[in-house]
Amino acid sequence: MTTKVLAPRVYWTNFLWLMGLLALTWGLGYVNFGVFNLPIALFISFAKTILIVLFFMHIKGSSRLLHLAAMTGLLWLFLMLLLTLTDYYSRGWVSVPR
Amino acid sequence: MSEAAAENILAEQFDDLEQQHEAAKLGMWIFLATEVLFFGGLFLAYTVYRYLSPEAFAAASRHTEVILGGANTAILLFSSTLMALAVRAAQLGRRGHLIWLLLATAFLGMVFMGVKGLEYHKDFTEHLVPGADFQWHEANPGAAEMFFWLYFAMTGLHAIHVIVGIILMLVLAVFAWRRRFAGGNYMPVEIAGLYWHFVDIVWVFLFPLLYLAGHR
Repeated sequence: MTTKVLAPRVYWTNFLWLMGLLALTWGLGYVNFGVFNLPIALFISFAKTILIVLFFMHIKGSSRLLHLAAMTGLLWLFLMLLLTLTDYYSRGWVSVPR
Repeated sequence: MSEAAAENILAEQFDDLEQQHEAAKLGMWIFLATEVLFFGGLFLAYTVYRYLSPEAFAAASRHTEVILGGANTAILLFSSTLMALAVRAAQLGRRGHLIWLLLATAFLGMVFMGVKGLEYHKDFTEHLVPGADFQWHEANPGAAEMFFWLYFAMTGLHAIHVIVGIILMLVLAVFAWRRRFAGGNYMPVEIAGLYWHFVDIVWVFLFPLLYLAGHR
């Protein structure tokens, strides 16, 4: 599928949203939400990523095949993090005889 | 676009330009998936060590330069916007715009690297570089050194990607100057744009993880 030509306004609006989210991330760094600081910060980072991927990288309006390809990296990363962390989290739960 | 120009840029293994463009983009997205996992190993190491010593990571993170890191985030987001506009200029065949936007993107990449250099210099003088000269006067120096090892590995790998991106933009600007993207052949610019945006996304995660791990 040939990439559609978008209006410059789309890119500048996206830029303003990204800067707003950056300000939010930055501000968050000075507030103590305890254990929630990290999840909120990551949530904002994912929001920024979605904006960049949809508009700057033209995933919005592209083919299903590209949607799938764009998801693969994230999926494998998620699996790698999940499986490794279950290991670290559960170490020492049971004593394994040698 | 004239018939002759279209045939000129169409490689023989493709039926039409649309198929050729789709193949180029698919190839780039697959490459970016491998890049996600390339950085993913470091993100995984970060996650595990932060999970094992959260207090030391928070304390070490307070020694990074949050103003410079935040400014660099803004610089990259701005450069990504210019890159997206460069792709648009290439789509529309506006050669003059394209050249300037590519040069501006490369320039912002260089500013990013300059700020990074300033930060690294401060880290060096404050003995925060892991190794024989590392000095830490708070609790758990081992974990703090691990944080700074990851900080340098992650920002270093990212910086290498930025340098590659700068070179890419400069080469593309020369190509645009030589009218290589004439006749609808804008795909190289779009592909390079995907790379640049990816590098931006990596930084979007590095900023909160490395600079804001402990609230200030």
